[in-house]
Amino acid sequence: MIDKKAIEHIAKLARLHVSGEEAEQFSQQLSKALGYFEQISKVETKGIEPLVTPSDMEVFWREDISIKELSAEELVANAPEKVGNLFKVPPVV
Amino acid sequence: MDLIKASLSEISSAVKTKKVSAVEVTQFFQSRITKLDSQLNSYVTVNESASKEAAAIDAKVAKGEDPGLLAGVPFGIKDMFCTRGLRTTAGSKMLSEFVPPYDATVVARLRSAGATVLGKLNQDEFAMGSSNETSFFGPVKNPWDTAHVPGGSSGGSAAAQSARLAAATLGTDTGGSIRQPSSLCGIVGVKPTYGRVSRYGIVSYASSLDQAGPMVSSVSDAALTLEVICGRDEKDSTTSERSVPAFSKNLNQDLKGMKIGLMKEYMNRPGNHVDTSKTVEAAIDAVKKRGAEIVEISVPLTEHAVPMYYLIAASECSSNLARYDGVKYGHRAHFDNLGSIDLDAFYEKSRGEGFGKEVKRRIMLGTYCLSSGYYDAYYNKACQVRRLLRQQYTEAFQKCDVILSAVTTHPAFKIGERVSDPLAMYLNDIYTVSTNLAGLPGMSVPFGMSGHLPIGVQLTAAHFEEQKMLNVGFALEKDSPVAGKAPHVI
Repeated sequence: MIDKKAIEHIAKLARLHVSGEEAEQFSQQLSKALGYFEQISKVETKGIEPLVTPSDMEVFWREDISIKELSAEELVANAPEKVGNLFKVPPVV
Repeated sequence: MDLIKASLSEISSAVKTKKVSAVEVTQFFQSRITKLDSQLNSYVTVNESASKEAAAIDAKVAKGEDPGLLAGVPFGIKDMFCTRGLRTTAGSKMLSEFVPPYDATVVARLRSAGATVLGKLNQDEFAMGSSNETSFFGPVKNPWDTAHVPGGSSGGSAAAQSARLAAATLGTDTGGSIRQPSSLCGIVGVKPTYGRVSRYGIVSYASSLDQAGPMVSSVSDAALTLEVICGRDEKDSTTSERSVPAFSKNLNQDLKGMKIGLMKEYMNRPGNHVDTSKTVEAAIDAVKKRGAEIVEISVPLTEHAVPMYYLIAASECSSNLARYDGVKYGHRAHFDNLGSIDLDAFYEKSRGEGFGKEVKRRIMLGTYCLSSGYYDAYYNKACQVRRLLRQQYTEAFQKCDVILSAVTTHPAFKIGERVSDPLAMYLNDIYTVSTNLAGLPGMSVPFGMSGHLPIGVQLTAAHFEEQKMLNVGFALEKDSPVAGKAPHVI
């Protein structure tokens, strides 16, 4: 059971504002979903290495050379706020 | 030239031989979007430069150059793919004003093969959903019946293709998001093997599951598009070095010697709509008539596929979506006070306002699964079972070439019918998520009708065996009862 307190804790970890109404809903919905998902605990997996990606390919390397693809102007173009080519954020200290 | 019925290779050769100009083709589809999309809501953004892009193709032809395999073919692109200079929203308020400075590799490859971009297609927010109802830009309607969902998450692609508001479209598939809407809208959708197609420039949802693929009107159109988009990309280290076959030239409808597997766990599953079961039965008869042998196989762990999928996808989602912090791009919350603010509050409010409910739900689920004390029981456990599932598939593919099954339990359901119960919505994905977990290629081919709604069948092949799957689809297409039928909105 994921109670409202647990929801608040998870929301804090995720840096995600969740309204009181959402917390109520998520508590019920996630409890129900996880209750169903628990079934995988029945599968015997002792000594099995977790599969984190479905490909067995070897990592390939490329030359460590710099390529200039985008200008600074292009890179900051989507900033919510900027000053010249700098990202602007509110004072946080 | 009837551009509604024309294949992609017909369009391309007509453009190359100047029977029709790329500009005319583009304008034909643009006028259809203007006329019909108010009924469907399939486009989020229309590309105002499409005609200009098409004119550049015509200029190449005029100079005697070959623009490529898809010369002058106008594509609709799911809004998960970054398109240079063209807004890319992922169906979210978070990215509602995001204009990428670069093209996704797949989009760049389409362009260098001569294709043009008509616009960006609606989808579930960050590709999280099975009905296209989670989009910030409103739900997409199914062209066969606008009271019904088109499926998701690539619902805009499926609806636009089905109503011919593009010559071809692209989708992404993390747990069925190409195959399920293709089934519900009566089109052909292919999710390639994990590693076949570059993910560079695609908005990330669950990186170990995401793949891009074509959503088009025929198997040969799918094969041709795959030839263009597949293959190793320096910018995505998970892409495979394997050579890409000439899928469209190798298509073969003769299934003699082909073994079609019917999975014990998927056959006659209770809860299927009667017309879904009938469609699968009819497809079995059709492949038999074309010389295929039917074999029974078993992949017992598919029973646990939905839990495995949601635990893994949500975990990866919570990690991937941590990048949206309101600093460099994306939605930033407004703060009135001019003094110092709390940094956590800055993140929490920006993210809380920018993400919709389903995305929040999955971030919460994933954060929980990855949190201290639960990591082993949920995320790690799901990954261990995932390895066993892949092993079982490898064994099954020693007995058969292609697995045939249902895509979804039901034809398209009504808009609003399932939004209140997330778990019921997740269980829709029972037949599609295993393919992504094991990294296999899968596709949906239209093969049945339920009243006036189309139904597809799913074909799944072993890693990098797309050709076998495409050939079975190519054969089925010849006998499909959906052929010749058109949606209500066209």
